[in-house]
Amino acid sequence: MTRISIDPITRLEGHGKIEIFLDQQGNVDNCYFQVPELRGFEVFCVGRPAEEMPRLTSRICGVCPEAHHMAAAKALDDLYRVEPPLAGKKLREMFYMAFYVTDHTTHFYALGGPDFVVGPGAPPAERNILGVIAKVGLEIGGQVIATRKRNHQVIEMIGGRTIHPVAALPGGMSQPITEEQRQQIIEIARQNVEFGQFTIQLFHDVVLANTDYVDLITSPGYTQKTYYMGLVDENNHVNFYDGKVRVVDPDGHEFCKYAPGEYTEHIAEHVEPWSYLKFPYLKNVGWKGFVDGKDSGIYCATPLSRLNAADGMATPLAQAEYERMYETLGGKPVHHTLAAHWARVIELQYAAERMLQLAEDPEVADPVVRAIPTATPTEGIGIVEAPRGTLTHHFKTDPDGILTEVNLIVGTTNNNAPIYISIRKAAEALIQNGNVNDGILNMIEMAFRSYDPCLSCATHSLPGQMPLELVVRDSRGAVTHHASQYVPPELLEQFDR
Amino acid sequence: MSEKPKLALYWASSCGGCEIAVLGLHEKILNVAEAFDIVFWPCVMDFKYADVEAMDDDSIDVCLFNGAIRNDENARLAHLLRRKSKVMVAFGSCASGGSMPGLANFTDRDAMFDWIYHKSPTTDNPDGIVPMKHTDVPEGDLELPGFWHTVKTLAQVVPVDYFLPGCPPEASSIEMAVNAILTGQLPPPGSVIGPDVTVCDECPREKHEKKIKRFYRPYEIIPDPDTCLLEQGLFCAGIATRSGCGARCPQVGMGCRGCYGPNEGVVDHGAKILTGIASVLDAQTPEEVDAILDTLPDPAGYFYRFHLPDSLLRRRARANGEKIVAPASEAAGEPA
Repeated sequence: MTRISIDPITRLEGHGKIEIFLDQQGNVDNCYFQVPELRGFEVFCVGRPAEEMPRLTSRICGVCPEAHHMAAAKALDDLYRVEPPLAGKKLREMFYMAFYVTDHTTHFYALGGPDFVVGPGAPPAERNILGVIAKVGLEIGGQVIATRKRNHQVIEMIGGRTIHPVAALPGGMSQPITEEQRQQIIEIARQNVEFGQFTIQLFHDVVLANTDYVDLITSPGYTQKTYYMGLVDENNHVNFYDGKVRVVDPDGHEFCKYAPGEYTEHIAEHVEPWSYLKFPYLKNVGWKGFVDGKDSGIYCATPLSRLNAADGMATPLAQAEYERMYETLGGKPVHHTLAAHWARVIELQYAAERMLQLAEDPEVADPVVRAIPTATPTEGIGIVEAPRGTLTHHFKTDPDGILTEVNLIVGTTNNNAPIYISIRKAAEALIQNGNVNDGILNMIEMAFRSYDPCLSCATHSLPGQMPLELVVRDSRGAVTHHASQYVPPELLEQFDR
Repeated sequence: MSEKPKLALYWASSCGGCEIAVLGLHEKILNVAEAFDIVFWPCVMDFKYADVEAMDDDSIDVCLFNGAIRNDENARLAHLLRRKSKVMVAFGSCASGGSMPGLANFTDRDAMFDWIYHKSPTTDNPDGIVPMKHTDVPEGDLELPGFWHTVKTLAQVVPVDYFLPGCPPEASSIEMAVNAILTGQLPPPGSVIGPDVTVCDECPREKHEKKIKRFYRPYEIIPDPDTCLLEQGLFCAGIATRSGCGARCPQVGMGCRGCYGPNEGVVDHGAKILTGIASVLDAQTPEEVDAILDTLPDPAGYFYRFHLPDSLLRRRARANGEKIVAPASEAAGEPA
């Protein structure tokens, strides 16, 4: 049997690994997606005071520390049965929107976007943010850097630090903002709204105007039918900070909708001996192995999943684009994993609009941003949408608020099984009768990248490359094939067949 | 004109925040790219282990290594990069002191696996499966790096020349280190790169030499915005922690947790924090001291938040007193 090892997501032969096995005929027999890392926050946080969790769990991920900071803070509100003052809630959400704008901008322009803006068949050396700049103009690079910078300013202003913020506590935030700061944030949010429009326009001009790209998005190698998960508000609109978790089935019908406190009734995690990362699935459908479809409990939690799981967006510009996306791609739900990039742009627009709404509300600068908890703590659960998926923090404590149990279901972990399936579909589509094409590298890379995977949970690769190396060995372990990353356009056609 | 110095960046067991911190130099990152020939940076550039293995020993001028050492893979790269690099810098709190993931030394691998793969409320594992170093699947053998009992710092595994602490290091600290490297104005080997001042020195909050009768949990009071947090009874490690961060946390009303580690000459950060804290206690007798310290929960977790693996304590034995026996390779800091 031939064995193919891909050491991907990076950066290196370290934090994520794919093994593909071919049968006698040279077709894909099986494949494995392994995560070789574990740090064990759920265990070493036990014994710590619960109120430290926003500062402890941010260290799970240096890419999305704000998401862990917020999920932990909400779990603490629940733990202490304390409702933050409205200003505290709004301040948290505004902070979180600034983070979303930054994170989605980075992904679209530096990570995922280059595949489309520059083109999936372009040489890897051009398939990065610099290639994007070369194609659409120098000014755009400046805009991306400026967007990140001004939103980092907001994150630091409210959270104390850009990476690993510190300000969230049970019952609210440690410190209010001033009216002057609010005015600054209004200006920043306005620029974000404009940037969102600019990005949507760019997506239309460069991606949607090119039928090849649209065909690629809708090609079978990038299509899989799973359940979809996302947080929604009382109108079933997408919400990143608060609400209930809604799951729709592969036909788009509501399968369940649960409050954070009910998550253990709906989610279970499967264990495999060959990966340190567990595989979450819908308990009430069941674990049926690494297969998609209605009978398999595997679900996705990506920007596209959130849009699929909701009835719409809560802000007008995002809603308009939401409608355009489903019109163009043939209605809900959309099963094409690459459409996650479009969904991400729509979410970027929503985050910007929502940030502006919050900043324009004078109450966000009210000096009372914290309520002092008085209840005896026992158990608390908090959920937010991290950019890479629904994020659940679950704490149990003794009466002094010292942690006795911690359970976390982290953004990318939700997508562990779907990523595995995406990889296998890409491999099956490209490897036929022993013909291993170099193109598999980029095609798998693209399948992967649509999830913006963040293993550990920090698997970001900048600028725009997720270095993949493909080694084919014979049964004695000798290397028979060594592939680089360049994808000739004819391979894309083959994939599209 | 000599060649540009060769730079390598690597992450072991880490969150990625150190990488983002380097990118947080914003436009100045371009100066770094111009001043150095970056030969290995897996997070950003497409180089592979094989490329590093093929390099001559000592051919990398400086390696910035972030992340702690907690499995065979991390150790393998630490040894490889040490061999190839003239100067090894422990970058960030995980590599320097173990950081928060180092709190895992209060527990061990078996306890971790027990919770994560068996007992956690969402785990569904009727067959009692745990991840293995080798798994025989019908198609062949699948490998995972061996997971260690104990989190180690980089210096506990290979010799380290300089330390750049911070979780993550602030952009100003990174800039300072880069400039020191480029101009050759480095402190003596074994030093921390950065000013030897405390967080208190940089903190704008006013101190009134006030003593405290008890500690408050951070959620229990809303502190005065201009007064020292510690003097208001809120735990703050700034009194015994190196600065360079600009005292950012106290400025938004949250106490320092010690991420930049101890100042020059301090062997055990936790012991130093305890000494610092003791200086503000309003107590005349040992009983009064105990009574005040009883109001501070989890002292071990507060005092050793970022530096447990690097402390005199290192780790805890099992609850039943049994000694944790690690494989010989782990004990020696080598990959299996």
